[in-house]
Amino acid sequence: MTAIHLYALAGVGLFTLGLHALIVHAHLLRKILAVNVMGSGVFLLLVALARRTGEALPDAVPQAMVLTGIVVAIAATALALVLILQLAAETGRATLPDDRRESR
Amino acid sequence: MAALSSLAWLIDGLLVVGLLWLAWRALSCRDLFTAIVLFIAFGLLMALAWVRLEAPDIALAEAAIGAGLTGALLLAALARLQSADADEVITERGAGRWWSTSPLPWLAVSAIAVGMGYVVMSLPAAAPGLSHEVATHLAASGVGNPVTAVLLNFRGYDTLLELMVLLLALLGVWSLGGMPLHIDTHPSPVLDTLSRQLLPVLILVAAYLLWAGADAPGGAFQAGAVLGAAGVLLLLAGWRLRTGLTRLPLRLALIVGPVTFVIVAAVTLLVEGQLLAFPTEHAGLLILIVETAAMLSIGATLAALFMGGHPDNQQVHR
Repeated sequence: MTAIHLYALAGVGLFTLGLHALIVHAHLLRKILAVNVMGSGVFLLLVALARRTGEALPDAVPQAMVLTGIVVAIAATALALVLILQLAAETGRATLPDDRRESR
Repeated sequence: MAALSSLAWLIDGLLVVGLLWLAWRALSCRDLFTAIVLFIAFGLLMALAWVRLEAPDIALAEAAIGAGLTGALLLAALARLQSADADEVITERGAGRWWSTSPLPWLAVSAIAVGMGYVVMSLPAAAPGLSHEVATHLAASGVGNPVTAVLLNFRGYDTLLELMVLLLALLGVWSLGGMPLHIDTHPSPVLDTLSRQLLPVLILVAAYLLWAGADAPGGAFQAGAVLGAAGVLLLLAGWRLRTGLTRLPLRLALIVGPVTFVIVAAVTLLVEGQLLAFPTEHAGLLILIVETAAMLSIGATLAALFMGGHPDNQQVHR
């Protein structure tokens, strides 16, 4: 067990927490938070594993990919938030129709 | 040495526990406002984790984007949801489907976690990846920071396509009507003064990050994120684009990055015979040109995503 494993397992844990919240919560804003936490978990796993070079410097390629991923994640989040607002404006609710039917 | 390493273990352990706890609380607490604030705190701890993992480039981007801009976007969306009349919109009445309260989801995701954990622990302890290739060709890349070299030179087409993704997301937001800002037009004098004082500092920080990014942590993404944050601060303080600036000038700022990148890509394709193959003697200059344009577009796009609605329509509503 090294620090690399610690952070990689933390990434797995974050992904798991996010996936669980994505499944059980009906509110779409909570689902967006869940997807963002899942993404952070994946990023953490990638960057932790990039440190296994055995040298002073970590592997720059996964780091560059994660940097790209963070910017794409905020763009996707902004688009998803606007989709929720449109849904709320049309239906008065911020949940999907499938979840709504059974929650009543 | 032993004391130092046990201190490092203590920091790493606290950081990991803090990350998992904040994520768990953000995803499970009843109140959505609390959840978003916890998520912002989570982003700040992530930035510390990146520093511990020797990824300062990502730490800079996470501090500006993950902790700052994402939080601002989420809070703006929540305020808009709350201003809609329906109570159900913000209260989570009914957790969802029947299996939401059963242990089934926990069992399923636990199985996935155990599987992924097993894979992580069984991976070889040393894997150089592409670090040797990067180190070998770093001298020919035109910059000294390996992450900038990968982003702008070795895998430049990734970054080119990413700028397109950002632009597409903004087009999607504009097409959907966006989210009109609900900010009172008379900000407190503290916010007003603070944003005026901070703006020049933020622009200076962005320029420094861009320039330093060639040889130290930094670059177009971090600089663009700081510019975007400056734009969000101005919007919060009640500042709006003048009508004359929302049409052509705003659109030019949004596309200058992608267009410059495409022109450079086309020129290198014609001259060098390969897309984005920078000649070694001009690589540093070409990367600086592309990064400057990309920084302007990333900053403008992030601020426009927060501004939300189509700029032309906002002028009409006012």
